[in-house]
Amino acid sequence: MRERYGTTILDTAIRLLVPFYLLYAVYVLVHGHYSPGGGFQAGVTLAASILLVNMVQGDEVTWGVNKQTAVILASIGTFIYAGIGILALFWGGNFLDYGVLPLGEIEPKVRALGTLGIETGVTLGVMGTFIVIFNLLTGREE
Amino acid sequence: MKKVALILLLLLAGLFIYTSFDLPPTNDLNSPPAAHVSPRYIEMAHEETGAVNMVTAVLADYRGYDTLGETTVIFTAGISCLLILEARRKQKRNKRGGR
Repeated sequence: MRERYGTTILDTAIRLLVPFYLLYAVYVLVHGHYSPGGGFQAGVTLAASILLVNMVQGDEVTWGVNKQTAVILASIGTFIYAGIGILALFWGGNFLDYGVLPLGEIEPKVRALGTLGIETGVTLGVMGTFIVIFNLLTGREE
Repeated sequence: MKKVALILLLLLAGLFIYTSFDLPPTNDLNSPPAAHVSPRYIEMAHEETGAVNMVTAVLADYRGYDTLGETTVIFTAGISCLLILEARRKQKRNKRGGR
């Protein structure tokens, strides 16, 4: 059974830190085109911030991402990735050939947007998986 | 049975070692990957994919299929953990309930 570890100091510290963790995760995701980063790292950072809050403030504070939701999120993430790949087939491209998607832009830009789309899928998938595994290994037995 | 498996493994290892002599040496600039694929990525990555970061361009665009596999592996790991650990937990609960 997991208990609340937080004291006042820890509680105050994560209240200050977690917003920056979340912001950093989103930054890593959307800035993956320009600097090191991408879906995997963003997903892990998101999962870490949610799990940190979860550990410090107790079991019931999950920000809406409990075990069931996390499984659904992981599935949705993987589905987004494969779905964008399949979507390209409908406009005459190859599997995962984002350049053909009709977004009204020049091809490299459409490709960049497709990359952002699949990275979002990766982020959701990794985040969901990490939260599921953590909850399974540490969660209480109902 | 174990001996057959061992002999097969040794044969396979021998085959791999034998084949490895035909691989191009490391850092050979004339090997096919270094002569064709790498220059194409380095020169065309930004123009073709719109990504300034070459790593992202290769990872998510040129080799998107690979990354799809990676995501699936992670997802599968999560699902396997869920299935195995939940089943064990349920088993424990049933045992306790039976007594």
